[in-house]
Amino acid sequence: MNPVAPKLRAHLGIALIGVALAVLPFVVGATFGNSWVRIVDFALLYVMLALGLNIVVGFAGLLDLGYIAFYAVGAYLYALLSSPHLALAFPAVFASAPDLPFWLVLPLGALVAGLFGVMLGAPTLKLRGDYLAIVTLGFGEIIRIFLNNLNAPLNLTNGPQGINNIAPARIAGHALSRPLELFGAQIPSVTLYYYFFLALTLLVIFVCVRLQDSRLGRAWVAIREDEVAARACGINTRNVKLLAFGLGATFGGVAGGLFAGFQGFVSPESFGLLESIMVLCMVVLGGMGNIAGVILGAVLLALLPEVLRWGAAPLQQALFGSVPVDPETLRLLLFGIALVLVMRLRPAGLWPSALRRRELAAHADGSAP
Amino acid sequence: MSDDVLLAARGISKRFGGVQALHAVSLTIRRGEVYGLIGPNGAGKTSFFNVLTGLYSADEGSVTFGGATLALGAPHRIVGAGISRTFQNIRLFGAMSALENVMVGRHIRLRTGVIGAILRTPAARAEEADTAARAHELLRYVGIDRLANQQATHLSYGDQRRLEIARALATGPRLLALDEPAAGMNATETAGLRALVEKMRDDGLTVLLIEHDVKLVMGLCDRVAVLDYGEKIAEDVPDVVRRDPRVITAYLGTEAV
Repeated sequence: MNPVAPKLRAHLGIALIGVALAVLPFVVGATFGNSWVRIVDFALLYVMLALGLNIVVGFAGLLDLGYIAFYAVGAYLYALLSSPHLALAFPAVFASAPDLPFWLVLPLGALVAGLFGVMLGAPTLKLRGDYLAIVTLGFGEIIRIFLNNLNAPLNLTNGPQGINNIAPARIAGHALSRPLELFGAQIPSVTLYYYFFLALTLLVIFVCVRLQDSRLGRAWVAIREDEVAARACGINTRNVKLLAFGLGATFGGVAGGLFAGFQGFVSPESFGLLESIMVLCMVVLGGMGNIAGVILGAVLLALLPEVLRWGAAPLQQALFGSVPVDPETLRLLLFGIALVLVMRLRPAGLWPSALRRRELAAHADGSAP
Repeated sequence: MSDDVLLAARGISKRFGGVQALHAVSLTIRRGEVYGLIGPNGAGKTSFFNVLTGLYSADEGSVTFGGATLALGAPHRIVGAGISRTFQNIRLFGAMSALENVMVGRHIRLRTGVIGAILRTPAARAEEADTAARAHELLRYVGIDRLANQQATHLSYGDQRRLEIARALATGPRLLALDEPAAGMNATETAGLRALVEKMRDDGLTVLLIEHDVKLVMGLCDRVAVLDYGEKIAEDVPDVVRRDPRVITAYLGTEAV
C-alpha cells in the first residue's frame, strides 16, 4: 500500500465535505425553499449549543440540566445592547438606543455567559451526579423566571413580552437580515446567516477538538472517570471544573447572541427546561464526549420536528384519509421512542467516542524515573 | 542524620465523628528507603495515607517533606511537592488507554493552558510529544509498554497495578506511596511487584508501602512502622519489629505472648 493514500483520502474527504457544506444552502433553497435554509441555520445554532454542553457533560462528566440559561444570558445581553428597549424603558439614563458594534456585543455576551457559568460552577463544585443535576436545573429555572419577571420595578427584560427590534448581525457593514447582491446574483438573508453560523460552528468545533486532545481535555476526562484518582494525580479539580463550566457557558452565550440577532426577538419562552433537556438529548443521543457524535445528534434532533411537520400530515392524509395524530404530538412520541431505542441498543450514543490511539516512536532504553 | 530525613510527620490526629482514626502519629521516612506501614485491619493505615496525600485534612499535626511544610488537605500541592500514591482498590481512568492514564499523571508538570491548547503553539506541541514519550518510557519501566493503546479496564489485574504505579511515577515523585499494592495478587504477580519496588529503590526513589502481606513487607522494607488503633506502637528495622511484644500482641492477641 502506498503510505500517502490514507492521508490523501482524508484530504479528499475533507474537501468533499467542504464543497457539500458550501453548496448546501443553494441546493436546499432551490429544492425545498428558503424556510428550510432557515431550519438548517437553527440546526447550526443547536450544534454550537450541544458542543458547549458536551464540554461540561461529555468531557468533564458534570450533569448540567440548566445549560439553556447561558444561551438565555447571551441572547438577552445581545438583545439589550442591540435594541431600543433600554432607551425606551429608561429614557433618563439612555438618550438613544445603544449603537454598539456587533463584534463587540457578541464577545461581550459570550464573556458574561462564561462568567455566569463560573458563578454556577463555584457553589456546586462538591456536588456530583443527581445532586448537581438538581442544582443546575434550579439555576436554569431561576434565570428564566428572572427574565420573565424583571419588568417591574425596573423594566429590564420587558417580562413575558420579550424584547424585539433587535439589530441583526452585521459583517463588514452589511446587515445579514438583508439579501446581498453579489456579481449580479442575489444571496438571500438566510443563506448569509448560514455561512456566518457555519464559520462560527467550525470555529467551535476546532476549539473543541484542540481542547479535547490536550492536557486540559485529559484532565476533564480523568475527572469524569474518577474524581478522587484525578485529585491524587495532582489535578486541581476545582479550577479544571470551573474551566469546563466557563467554556461551555461561553459557547452557549455565543449561540444565544447569534440567536437573538437572527430572530430579532427574544422572550423567556425560548429558554425553558425543555430546551435544556433537548440540548442534553442531542449530546447523549449522539454520543457523549465524541465531537462528531454530538454534531450528529444535534443535527438529527434539530431537523426531526421540521421533517415531521413537513411529512407527517401528508403521510397520514394519504394513509388514513385524515390526520388523526397532530404532528406536534407525534414528534414527542417519536422522540421518546428514539431515546428508548438508543438507550436499549446503543447506550453509548449513536456515534460513541473511540479510544484515541497515539503511536509514538518509543525510546529504546527503559530508564526511569 | 536529619539530612537524610525525607518526610517527618508529627502528631497527626484524625477523628471521624466519635472514632479516633489516628492518634498523634509521628514517623520519619528517610531518603532512599522502602518504609513499610503495617497494622491489623482498621488500624488507621489508609487514613494516614489519605492525610499524607491530601485527600483528608488532619485535625492536628503537621508534615514536613524535604524540609518544607506540606499543605495538608490540598492534593494537587502535595503531588506538586513530590508525593504520589496508588490506591488499595485500583483507581484507573477506565475509558482511557494505558498511555493516556500515564499522560494524565504528567498533568501537574505541564504548563499548557487554554490558549496554548487551542492554538497548539510550538511549546504546547513540544510538551505533548514529550509527555507521550515520557509516558511510553514509564510504561516500559513497569513492563507494560506493549499495552500502551489498550483500554485501561481491559488490562489484567496485575497489569492494572503496574499501570497505576506508572501513572503515579509520571507525577515525578520523590516519595511514592503504595496502598496495599499486592492485595489480590497471586504469588508470581507479587514477586514481580517486589522486583519492581526494588528496582525503584535502586533508582533512588523513596517508597512508602502499606501492606497486609507480612512476608513481603519484612523481606522488602528497610524499616517498618506498626499502627494499632490509630497509634504507632513500633518503628524500626523489620527484625526488631518482628520481635516487639506489642506488635505480636496487636496481631495475635495477648494469649499468644
